[in-house]
Amino acid sequence: MADTVVDPRPDRGGPAQPLVIAKSLKRHFTISKGLFGMKASAVRAVDDVSFTVEKGETLGIVGESGCGKSTTARILVGLTPIDSGDLIFDGEQLGGDLTLKDLWAGVQMVFQDSYASLNPRLTIEDTIAFGPRMRGTSTDDARALAHELLTRVGLAPERFAGRYPHELSGGQRQRVNIARSLAIRPRLVILDEAVSALDKSVEAQVLNLLTDLKAEFGLTYVFISHDLNVVRYISDRIMVMYLGEVVEIGPVEKIWQRRAHPYTAALFAAMPSMDPDDRTEVPPLAGDPPNPIDPPSGCRFHTRCAFAEPMCGTARPTAMPVAGDADHMAACHMLDPASGHSRAAARIAELAA
Amino acid sequence: MASIGTSIAASGPPKAVVRSKGYWSGVGARLRRDPVALVFGTFLFAIIGAAIFAPYLGLQDPYAGSMVSRLKPVGTPGHLLGTDELGRDMLARLIYGGRLTLLLGLLPVLFAFMIGTVLGVLAGFVGGLVNAVIMRTVDVFFAFPSVLLAIAISAALGAGIINSIVSLTLVFIPPITRVAESVTASVRNLEYVDAARISGASAFTVVRVHVLGNVVSPIFVYATSLTSVSMILAAGLSFLGLGVKPPEAEWGLMLNTLRSAIYINPLIAALPGVMIFITSLCLNLLSDSLRTAMNIKD
Repeated sequence: MADTVVDPRPDRGGPAQPLVIAKSLKRHFTISKGLFGMKASAVRAVDDVSFTVEKGETLGIVGESGCGKSTTARILVGLTPIDSGDLIFDGEQLGGDLTLKDLWAGVQMVFQDSYASLNPRLTIEDTIAFGPRMRGTSTDDARALAHELLTRVGLAPERFAGRYPHELSGGQRQRVNIARSLAIRPRLVILDEAVSALDKSVEAQVLNLLTDLKAEFGLTYVFISHDLNVVRYISDRIMVMYLGEVVEIGPVEKIWQRRAHPYTAALFAAMPSMDPDDRTEVPPLAGDPPNPIDPPSGCRFHTRCAFAEPMCGTARPTAMPVAGDADHMAACHMLDPASGHSRAAARIAELAA
Repeated sequence: MASIGTSIAASGPPKAVVRSKGYWSGVGARLRRDPVALVFGTFLFAIIGAAIFAPYLGLQDPYAGSMVSRLKPVGTPGHLLGTDELGRDMLARLIYGGRLTLLLGLLPVLFAFMIGTVLGVLAGFVGGLVNAVIMRTVDVFFAFPSVLLAIAISAALGAGIINSIVSLTLVFIPPITRVAESVTASVRNLEYVDAARISGASAFTVVRVHVLGNVVSPIFVYATSLTSVSMILAAGLSFLGLGVKPPEAEWGLMLNTLRSAIYINPLIAALPGVMIFITSLCLNLLSDSLRTAMNIKD
């Protein structure tokens, strides 16, 4: 890579150092009321979330609307500040050695709304070239780079570079967004519902493109979606979130085999099946998630959980390895033999089988 | 790992790119296809052109009166639109009067547009305390009707053209600021502004490239609709003796001095008002067309 236009931020910690370590991330949005903006209450959008993203993997984040997926994504790119906790990017702590500007040199994001994420007044090439130009690349080089990236995402620069976003289809716009996110050579790309708004055939093309680009540029993805099939297709590991907390995290196939947390099981049961004999008529989970302003005490899922016992409402579960596997963790009292939950022993035996 | 950029040198000059029309040329093309904009634009163009080139139109002296030929009716030979109460040629005075009236209509709005946009974008983009200070100050001005405010400021500053411009500018800053603030606040939360922020650009560059370009057209359209209001307010100030002073030709002032002639020759007395009406109508219809032409999402 002799004359790379934009230098990628060099790898620091080696392959063993996780690219991102998130420790006890918290983000509460205060709702102010009254004339003088007195703090009335807080939405606990992300409450004590910890996880790691390994180099070169794709971490899928799933969960219902309002579970904190998008807030987590915005924290990872530094668009939403954290109230407490640590965000460590390749061994450097944000706010310490790592400034926001440094973080933005390594992390980029593809947003859900492909139209709102493109400036309607800039041509496609100017949109893609903006990032590199802000980092000191000359206008001509940045445009040449934009043309290369357009080619790479499957849009002929001769036809598309000079166009405006409203002249493109949704799938084409999302390709532009992907090209834009790659223009400054990030190491981590956050894809926040990046394919959710596309129709199925276009979605498949974009997913394949993402897979190719990942290999080509040595990227790491955090892939947020509510579509479990898509997440399974693209992810190496899955993180399941509920009401601002991580309830289960682990390698995708392991979670597919053993849904350790009752919420994960309910989420998977809600997936439509292709087999008409497999038709589900009873909703696996009733009602809406509780209000994150005043989340339930103890285990946040206990209000909707079929296995809830009185102790679930008082004690907060800690993440336990599922079937003795430290890669696969879930936060449920039924996995903790010392919790006192009556089904704990049976459940542990069931999962170990 | 492939590298982007390595092949730039090898690929030579980029192939010819098909370029879409730029934003402003698109707006121009849409305006040219709009019959309303064409007709009233031509009208306004004629009024402004006549005002600018008034000395070269071979008109009579707008200040030279004649006691013998006072209040001659429309169509009098030598005085196409008659004469006023001091026997001055109405046609010349109406055209010369357009100079001051248009100036008083356009300049305050132009100044208020510049100041209000800066204040509103600042308040909308920064938010928080800055927003509270700017917008609550603006709210104070909203407590007074705009006519009253213009009269009060003019009266405090004293009569005169410059003071009229200053007072009208102050009257128009609050509404423009408010529009600018609300448009900016909605654009600020769009994802392309987030995307621009994470590309590492400074806040100033983000505002200049990504916010300003998208908020300036709605603010501009709103401001153009204020020019007619400004013209009428300026005429009102002159009518009250707070703006332009006699013997200067200005439509509002002419309405004032001619009002005693309303029983003798009502048509002559109404002529300055007709000019104000036509010009405001042109400006309003043109700003409507501009609003449509500037809407990029068809």
